[in-house]
Amino acid sequence: MRQVFNGFQSFMQQGGGGLLLPEMMLVLFAMGILLTDYLLEARDKYFNALMAMLGVMFSAICLWQLRGAADSGPMGFSRSLLVDPFFLFFGFIFLIATALVIILSVRYLQIEDENHGEYYALMLFATVGMMFMASGYDLVVQFLGLETMAISFYVLAGFLRRDKRSNEGAVKYLLLGAFSSAILAYGFSILYGIGAMANLSSIGQTLPPRTNLDVIAVAVEARGHADLFVLLALATVGAGLFFKVAAVPFHQWAPDVYEGAPTPITAYISVASKTASFALLLRLLLTVFWPVRVDWEMLIAGVAIASLTVGNLAAITQTNVKRMLAYSSISHVGYILLGIVAAASSPLGFLTGMKGVAFYLFVYGFMTIGAFAVLIVLQRQGIIGDELDDLNGLYRRSPLSALVLLIFMLSLAGIPPLAGFVGKYFILQALIETGHNRLALFGALYIVPALYYYFRIVMHAYLYEPGNAPLPVVTIGQRVAFAVMCFVTVAAGVYPEPFVRLATYSLFFPSGFSGH
Amino acid sequence: MEFYNTHILTVVLFTPLVGSLVLLFVPRDSATAHRVIGNLFGFLGLIVSLPLIWRFSLDPAAPRYQFPETYDWIPSIGAHYALGIDGISLLLVMLTTLLCAISILSSWSAIKMRTKEYYILFLLLQVGMLGVFMALDFFLFYMFWEVMLVPMYFLIGVWGSDRRLYAAIKFFLYTLVGSVIMLLGILALYFKAGGGTFDMPTLLASAAQFDTRTQVLLFWAFFFAFAIKVPMFPFHTWLPDAHTEAPTAGSVILAGVLLKMGTYGFIRFSLPLLPVDPTARHKIVTIMMVVSIIGIIYGALVCMMQKDMKKLIAYSSVSHLAFCTLGIFALTPNGLSGSVIQQINHGLSTGALFLIVGVLYERRHTRLISEYGGLSTPMPNFAAIYMIATLSSLGLPLLNGFIGEFVILRGTYEVSIKYVAWAVIGIVLGAAYLLWLYQRVMFGPVTNPANEHLADLNAREYATLVPLIILCFWIGIYPKPLFRVLERPVQQIVEQINPGYYGAERAAAPAATPALAPAEAGVGTPGMPGMNMPSSTGTSPAPETEKK
Repeated sequence: MRQVFNGFQSFMQQGGGGLLLPEMMLVLFAMGILLTDYLLEARDKYFNALMAMLGVMFSAICLWQLRGAADSGPMGFSRSLLVDPFFLFFGFIFLIATALVIILSVRYLQIEDENHGEYYALMLFATVGMMFMASGYDLVVQFLGLETMAISFYVLAGFLRRDKRSNEGAVKYLLLGAFSSAILAYGFSILYGIGAMANLSSIGQTLPPRTNLDVIAVAVEARGHADLFVLLALATVGAGLFFKVAAVPFHQWAPDVYEGAPTPITAYISVASKTASFALLLRLLLTVFWPVRVDWEMLIAGVAIASLTVGNLAAITQTNVKRMLAYSSISHVGYILLGIVAAASSPLGFLTGMKGVAFYLFVYGFMTIGAFAVLIVLQRQGIIGDELDDLNGLYRRSPLSALVLLIFMLSLAGIPPLAGFVGKYFILQALIETGHNRLALFGALYIVPALYYYFRIVMHAYLYEPGNAPLPVVTIGQRVAFAVMCFVTVAAGVYPEPFVRLATYSLFFPSGFSGH
Repeated sequence: MEFYNTHILTVVLFTPLVGSLVLLFVPRDSATAHRVIGNLFGFLGLIVSLPLIWRFSLDPAAPRYQFPETYDWIPSIGAHYALGIDGISLLLVMLTTLLCAISILSSWSAIKMRTKEYYILFLLLQVGMLGVFMALDFFLFYMFWEVMLVPMYFLIGVWGSDRRLYAAIKFFLYTLVGSVIMLLGILALYFKAGGGTFDMPTLLASAAQFDTRTQVLLFWAFFFAFAIKVPMFPFHTWLPDAHTEAPTAGSVILAGVLLKMGTYGFIRFSLPLLPVDPTARHKIVTIMMVVSIIGIIYGALVCMMQKDMKKLIAYSSVSHLAFCTLGIFALTPNGLSGSVIQQINHGLSTGALFLIVGVLYERRHTRLISEYGGLSTPMPNFAAIYMIATLSSLGLPLLNGFIGEFVILRGTYEVSIKYVAWAVIGIVLGAAYLLWLYQRVMFGPVTNPANEHLADLNAREYATLVPLIILCFWIGIYPKPLFRVLERPVQQIVEQINPGYYGAERAAAPAATPALAPAEAGVGTPGMPGMNMPSSTGTSPAPETEKK
């Protein structure tokens, strides 16, 4: 084993290839799953999940090995890939989310009787796409990463072939997603055009392609702010990515897709896809669009307020828990965008704001997957189990799941001492620090309606009579997943220091970028 | 023991938490075990807090915040685990541990279902409340302030009466609105003061240097959290619902301790944040005084109309707490110390009244006044205790309520006689609704046959009520120790926010001992406002009684 690791390391040092290892591991295992799936009996299908977990583990090991190299920010493949702490941070979020969703999927697929190997293979492919979204330093690589992820998700969302809602959600997702990808591609093409005008002599000896982010950044800076083409690129790229993170006004797909998709995939879309799109958005905003940040600061603030408003108010009236969580996740996007606004507005706010964004994205994953995990536990043969009434008296039926549900709901709402509170705290702190008092007031007051709808869930679980619903069964795998998610949610709230340090680490940009 | 000596506040704070952790491991169906353990830790919480009384130093050289403990918690933002108490918090901490022990005892037979969760949540609630009074770090304070809402939500929502779901979420949302605005206020204060620390005394001391606009904004940012908690008119609408629907012990804690978190916040944070500029300050103080007066009278008038005993007592809290805010914003030593004393009084007497309603509710399962009548015949001992609690609440001399109200009125008198005149109307109305309630419930013939054979108090009910009654008498007859404990913090606050006060006093009474040593000052006479020392009421309560 030791030798293998050493081998990896020498491979890495030789050139660009080593930077790809985490992604290569995932591809390898995904292929393996597709090959061996045909050999498995129906009752041995859990073996696929095992393979997928192994793939994630190996990928994580490779990613961990890269941490030494990441401090100097090596670039590979004609400067189209960048391995830096930012990538490592997000890479680990993707892998953790993938691992948790794999654990939660096993029983779900058995119950739904859709236990196919493609499911896990597609998950790994989606993860590969996300990794490229975070590490890509070139428009083409980023776009390919995004599409790899998106196409995998289109299939996964419709994985319950016999369920109308799943099909409906998948088609909606595909049509609207393709549309938004096209808009994004259009934006990228404008950026490519702008890149042609760059004075490349300032970049260095070896000329990188015109799609490289550094090249475009130089060109954008040269054109200055309020330039028509830059604004057009900003608007189209923004629209494409706001769709992916489900920010208002590009959010309409979210409730339908969330409701229709298999619940583990809902959790996965809501966490991993969103985090990856944020990674891409942040990468673009911090490089290409950073010189013109005055142009987009208010744009993002507007989208953030709209997301908070629509997300929080629409969630109040939902009776389907998955739809409610869809709207609530829209409101979380609003908070994260507010953090970006604060980060862009002044050097002071940059560190706090970005720290807040990174911390928020990290803990958001755990608590959101946790909330969906409770629904997965409740799911039974033939019954979806995602209406509010399905939760009635959960406390009597399964105190354990009710307790973890309470923790996740409190954390999502932002009640101390849980992780969600600390995330919101950092965002609000950055806003106050940069003088955005009104935005802070908006953000703070929307905690109140959020608490109301999260506590509708709690109310059903704790204060209503159970009726004659059967006792949910929590498997060992699900228990482990619950334990991990609860631990992070509680620990990041009670003692956030290590998690704050982790978030700060992700902001270490070796390329010399330090905010302002 | 060594740990206890050096970390006494931590021990007091987390003893209930240990209790709830122990309860987690007790099987679900052994209700008696839950009750025993719950009571054990409730009582233990009181016992470990008792040494605070005699270890608390009154020596002027001692630091203001005693039993300090400071540890780094989140170094990256400057939050500490910092505890410490001064005289004001000492009294409130003791009130909390006492009322928690009593209300846990009072729940013995009232709570029949989900006993395990009940005691776990109750003990968690106690941790949250104690933390609020002990924290010396804004971040820690905010955490306790919010975390306490969750157990209270469940106490109302699970064990409450008919409209409990509505009342529970209303309570949670109302208080949350104020809290999140306060969070922004804390953050603004943090950055205005330079950032880097959440230490309360540092931040509050630096507030004096801000410009007037910032100070005004900060004041209002904190105002909502406390005004909703107190609750001040017009933010009081959550209170009748929550108090009425909560189980007896929940009402006792709500009225006895939770509301005091609001007044405590006013004293600890809002007063130091008052703008230095005299016009801006005058405007704010006038608003607060007027709103308090409205609260006193409005609360009392609404009480007259209530059909439900619990709702009546709930509204009486609006009126009584408005007295406390009146005293606070008089910005005089008398007003302030009277206000703190009155908070303790309110905790004792209203706590007792809620327990009394609980006693009746356990026997008859109704709270409607019209269902009762002539209860003094079947329940003579109950009638006596109820009478004392009523008299204490309406402010009869020799009982505690009088001391508090009298000192507050004196403090207010130094500002303007107009406020006193209005507030006195509230006292009169208070006597009216409390006595009328007593009369309707206790006197006359037994009209309802269901009431004919009601059992008198049992031993456990005596154990919950008698300590409160004793304390009511003690504060009414010999309140000096309380005033002595309050003397220094009150003096420091007044010096900071009303620096002209002691100067004017020296000019008005040159012959008297310097104002910095008020304990030794002469006997106050109502005609000389400058000389109305807190301790004067303490040393000679009897003559004042006669004057009134």
